[in-house]
Amino acid sequence: MEYIDLFPKKVLFIDLSTRKWWTETREDLFENYLGGTGVATKLLEENLDPNCDPLSPDNVIIFATGPLNALYPVVSKTVAMFKSPHTGNIGESHCGGRTSAAFRLTGYGAVVIKGKSDIPVYLVISPNKVAFRDARSIWGMRSTYTVGKIIRRAERGAGIRTIMRIGRAGEKMVTYSSVVAESYRHFGRLGLGAVFGSKNLKAIVVEGSGSIKIPEAFRRSYNKTYKKIYDLEVNSDLMKKYHDLGTPANILNLNKRGALPSYNLKSTTYPFAEELSGEKMASDYLGRRLACSHCPVACIHLGILRESYENEPYFYKTTYVSYDYELIYSCGTMLGIKNGHDLLKVIDAIEVAGLDAMSGGVVLAWITEAFEKGIISEKETLNATPKWGEADEYVKIIENIVEQPNDFYKLAARGVESLSDYYGGKDFALAFGKNEMPGYHTGYAAHLGWTLGARHSHLDNAGYSIDQKLKEIPSPEELVDKIIEEECWRQLLTSLAICLFARGIYKPEIVAEAFNSLGKNLDEEQLRNFGRKIYAFKYHLKQKLGFSFDKLRIPERIFETPSMHGKLEKSYIDKALKYAADKIQGIIKQHLK
Amino acid sequence: MRVAVKDSNRCVGCQSCMFACARRHGEIGVVNSRIRIKSAGGMENGFEVIICRACENPVCAEVCPTGALEKRVINGRVRGVIFHPEKCIGCKMCQQACIIGAVFWSEHENKPLICEHCGYCVAFCPHGVLEIER
Repeated sequence: MEYIDLFPKKVLFIDLSTRKWWTETREDLFENYLGGTGVATKLLEENLDPNCDPLSPDNVIIFATGPLNALYPVVSKTVAMFKSPHTGNIGESHCGGRTSAAFRLTGYGAVVIKGKSDIPVYLVISPNKVAFRDARSIWGMRSTYTVGKIIRRAERGAGIRTIMRIGRAGEKMVTYSSVVAESYRHFGRLGLGAVFGSKNLKAIVVEGSGSIKIPEAFRRSYNKTYKKIYDLEVNSDLMKKYHDLGTPANILNLNKRGALPSYNLKSTTYPFAEELSGEKMASDYLGRRLACSHCPVACIHLGILRESYENEPYFYKTTYVSYDYELIYSCGTMLGIKNGHDLLKVIDAIEVAGLDAMSGGVVLAWITEAFEKGIISEKETLNATPKWGEADEYVKIIENIVEQPNDFYKLAARGVESLSDYYGGKDFALAFGKNEMPGYHTGYAAHLGWTLGARHSHLDNAGYSIDQKLKEIPSPEELVDKIIEEECWRQLLTSLAICLFARGIYKPEIVAEAFNSLGKNLDEEQLRNFGRKIYAFKYHLKQKLGFSFDKLRIPERIFETPSMHGKLEKSYIDKALKYAADKIQGIIKQHLK
Repeated sequence: MRVAVKDSNRCVGCQSCMFACARRHGEIGVVNSRIRIKSAGGMENGFEVIICRACENPVCAEVCPTGALEKRVINGRVRGVIFHPEKCIGCKMCQQACIIGAVFWSEHENKPLICEHCGYCVAFCPHGVLEIER
């Protein structure tokens, strides 16, 4: 067996229609676009017909890691790109778990999956080999957990592999269904699960059984830089907020500041915030902490859900359910959930089915408000009665969204934009670029952030974080400049598939050092330029796929409910967007000749 | 001295130890590590930490037909084995004999991967799972 390249050069192509696979050496690609977001965007542009139906065999799925994955700690993400069935535009989603080390250690810098299988299959990717396995016996299985258990037993490589699978939601092509890896990590947003489902692709196992020889000349410098980064991860305060209480530490803070969306953003404080706080979840429910491969931080928090069986004393079901800030928001405060037990119950139903928990929660919230307002009734919701705080009703609705027994649930399976297109209630349909809103009503930067973000994610540019640091509100132009500057740098981080939680460690000088220690000379300015170029290229592709500033919709609700910085004015947002449209066009012109 | 598992319940599955072992041997990866962390049948159940326990009666050495595995004697006591790769014929008898599963195999070299109890992995365990026992 041969050792794999220190820096990736090869792309793996898999055609599900013909069950063929091949590799291409593409040094140009990795030189010009590094990896992760950059490489995936370029491969999407090369391989996707922009006009294709995202749920047809013509859609493609790209996975890419970066040159530093497996080489340094907390460079622990994999980037997936596809045409999103949820928005019709770029679908970009990032996942940790063991995906990154496994993909990187196959020796392929990226994988392109095309076509559609005639029967359900799963793939096993290892260095120099792709196997197509019959997945008919696990198609339609109730729980994503069980699917994982079966594949875990059927395939080799325990400890050095990832098992990424879809649930029934993906099979039934709910446009916000996820791909679950290692039971608790996800390619969550924008519907990669549905794209898997449309291709009859149930799961992918990636075996990271390759190994890289450290070049003798760099052994000393590499080990030194590694130790420096590792020590920052473990001993500095930079990661503390992620490992102790985890991201839920933010619940009480944002509640106090009036930035925690609750009851479908009718309010930004929450009467049961204490009950759903990171502190309470840790003291009453936390059962285990987990880490992604090659990350000493262990930010994954599993809560214990202990449920009794009705009329059967002494029988209990115990389930481990992962929770974090965004899920407490979407499946908790947005739905009026009153305690941790009920919260875990709703999250578990979403995990079992394989839905994106953020979009899922916001859809449930819209349904509840629409029901409350009489826009919909039991004629639509069938056996379920949506009501704030009623976890069991939400579990029934989740099941219906997956199974889609009537036209209402068929629309619910496409998100709040589709629901409100048909039923009205646009003003409280909390989607931006058709993607449901994350958990921050912090101010202008948050909403501008995910409106302008190239993938409409709060992580594109962390506007919510900019808001929280602002003492007073700057001009719309200044704010947009800040947002775009942050997003450009984050394109570099995600092109290297560094976990964004480690952005405080991977400052430009450390990223440069990480490269230089292994003989690849890049300086800080070059790195920043990569970020800008990749941003420009992604926006260019986004426009090719039909994005236009003229079509943006901002839900009225965000102007009605005061944010942390008080009531938001539409005129400010309009001004900001107008400025951003010109600015982004300028960036595209400058970097793409 | 040997590397011992102090408390596997504290393991979060970060595999920093596995990467450390590979690095110590000039490689980046996990497949050629002399320690392996895998889930105990799913991550909800925690992790198994598999590493040579430096047996006082190392079965792996006893079954080795060529003497490639030599008992390691420290202060008059046997503690695990020393591997002499030049004598190894790649028969995998040692791997079969170790019911702990701590004799890993390098497909790159077609030789067993034998822990030297150097303690490098312990230095990269952030959560006190591993310790050095003297």
